[in-house]
Amino acid sequence: MAVAFSARGLAKRYGNVTALGGVDVSVEEGELVGLLGPNGAGKSTLVKIGCGLVRASAGQAEVCGAAAGSREARAAMGYLAELFRFPGWYSADEVLELHQRLAASSGGEAERTELLQLVGLMDARARRVEDMSKGMQQRLGIAQALVGTPRMLFLDEPTSALDPAGRRTVRGLLEELRQRGVAVLLNSHLLSEIELVCDRVVILDHGVVVTTGRTEDLARPRGVEIDVDGAVRKYEGATREDVPQIVKQLVAAGESVYGVRVLTSTLEEIYLEAVEADSA
Amino acid sequence: MTGAVIIAGYAVRESVRRRVFPIVIVLTGAFLALYAFGVYKAFQSTEPFRTEEIGAGAIVDQQVLFSATLFGLAMFATLFLGTVLAIFLTHAAVRGDTERGLLQPLVVRPVGRTALLGGRFGAAAAVCGVYVVCVYISTLLITHAITGWWPDRLVLPAAELVGAVVVLVGLSLLGSVFLSAIANGIAIFMIFGAGLVAGLLGQIGEALNSGSLKTIATVSSWALPFEALYQDGLNSITADTQGFTRAALSLGPFGGAQAAGASLAPYVLGYLAVLGCAATIGFRRRDL
Repeated sequence: MAVAFSARGLAKRYGNVTALGGVDVSVEEGELVGLLGPNGAGKSTLVKIGCGLVRASAGQAEVCGAAAGSREARAAMGYLAELFRFPGWYSADEVLELHQRLAASSGGEAERTELLQLVGLMDARARRVEDMSKGMQQRLGIAQALVGTPRMLFLDEPTSALDPAGRRTVRGLLEELRQRGVAVLLNSHLLSEIELVCDRVVILDHGVVVTTGRTEDLARPRGVEIDVDGAVRKYEGATREDVPQIVKQLVAAGESVYGVRVLTSTLEEIYLEAVEADSA
Repeated sequence: MTGAVIIAGYAVRESVRRRVFPIVIVLTGAFLALYAFGVYKAFQSTEPFRTEEIGAGAIVDQQVLFSATLFGLAMFATLFLGTVLAIFLTHAAVRGDTERGLLQPLVVRPVGRTALLGGRFGAAAAVCGVYVVCVYISTLLITHAITGWWPDRLVLPAAELVGAVVVLVGLSLLGSVFLSAIANGIAIFMIFGAGLVAGLLGQIGEALNSGSLKTIATVSSWALPFEALYQDGLNSITADTQGFTRAALSLGPFGGAQAAGASLAPYVLGYLAVLGCAATIGFRRRDL
């Protein structure tokens, strides 16, 4: 798999404040990477450097092989900012048309129709932005980020204003993008979203990467729970490999087994452990 | 270049569809109506125009004095209204739009920050330029319809008023890179006021033969060439007028009529280029 986004030794200082202190991150084509961290950890700064909105103090960032911020890099990426706004007097269709022109996309009306369908805004095609709810504007923002079929997508809190149905739509959209080979760096505070869709997570704290990896690899065993007649028995310290032996013993003891659950730490627990360990 | 044109188109649409635009049109209409009413009333109390000798061979052409003074006032109002429009269209172009989240989706597109600034400048200059020309022609026709007077130069004053407003567009755009929207708006209005006051001080300096005041006015005109353009434009409406009428006109209420010389146009172009370079460098170095 080719690397769609890479950051090596990326640092950013604002005066005496270090927002990023030498970060190494990469996202491969077709990979969804979740970016986690507490407020002020440097997540948005990392994304903004990738988009060329912020200049790095040190290190290198590349988008699809081109230096971040260069014309080539910007032509290959899409971006949804955490705080963004479109002119209120534009319709949804006009916003996408403007971005098609800026991105030199030849998709025309067909592309706009497809994008509006993807984010569920076909009925609001001619509606002015100022007449849209915040959630609709956020979905329009996602559609805007997808104009010109970018190979690398930076999404900064894309579901913060969405209701559960809207979040589900975005999850489906991200799955679709993965199928198309689009790389996504998803910055979100919603751990459940990240856990559901991302292949890998990167946890930042105080401007450095404190943990990275696949969720299942980062998860720690938390024991095994077994449903037996009218009760749930928990075996602390047991792992998946211990399950056959435990079940065999229970059956031999004359108990009926109705269900087995292998317990692992959730992404929330992984996140809190990583951040608390870093703070300590 | 294509990117700048797209941004310019976007900015022109923004200008036209912003709520401020209908307000500007209504206020301009009110100004023109008041101007016509004022000129008409002044004309009624002054006619018939005479050419008088006021002693020692000094001749005053009342029609020219009356009409050029009123039209000079209209030119000042046109410059002021054009300045208001220029500031409204550009005061928030960079930092203000960044704080509102309007700029980021545009900047990440492969158009480049220079093109973005160039587009914003081109659009604001075009909108303000058309506006100033329209108001200038309207006041000119009103003045002529009531007084029968035509300025000695028709095109040059309009071009210089447009140039003055374009300089203010450039200053406002440069300010928007570094200052928040409100701070920039206030700063440009203060610069505009300072330029005009310096021009008036220059006229007072001429009358009193004060070297210090004349120096202040000269330095201000070079530092803020919109004032020099306005003064030259004002001067050109009575460029061929001679004698005491001419002297009286140069002391008019908004005075400042002063020939600038041939170096003004290239200087203004160079000035705009410097503003553009400073804005571009500042914008390119700015974290959004």
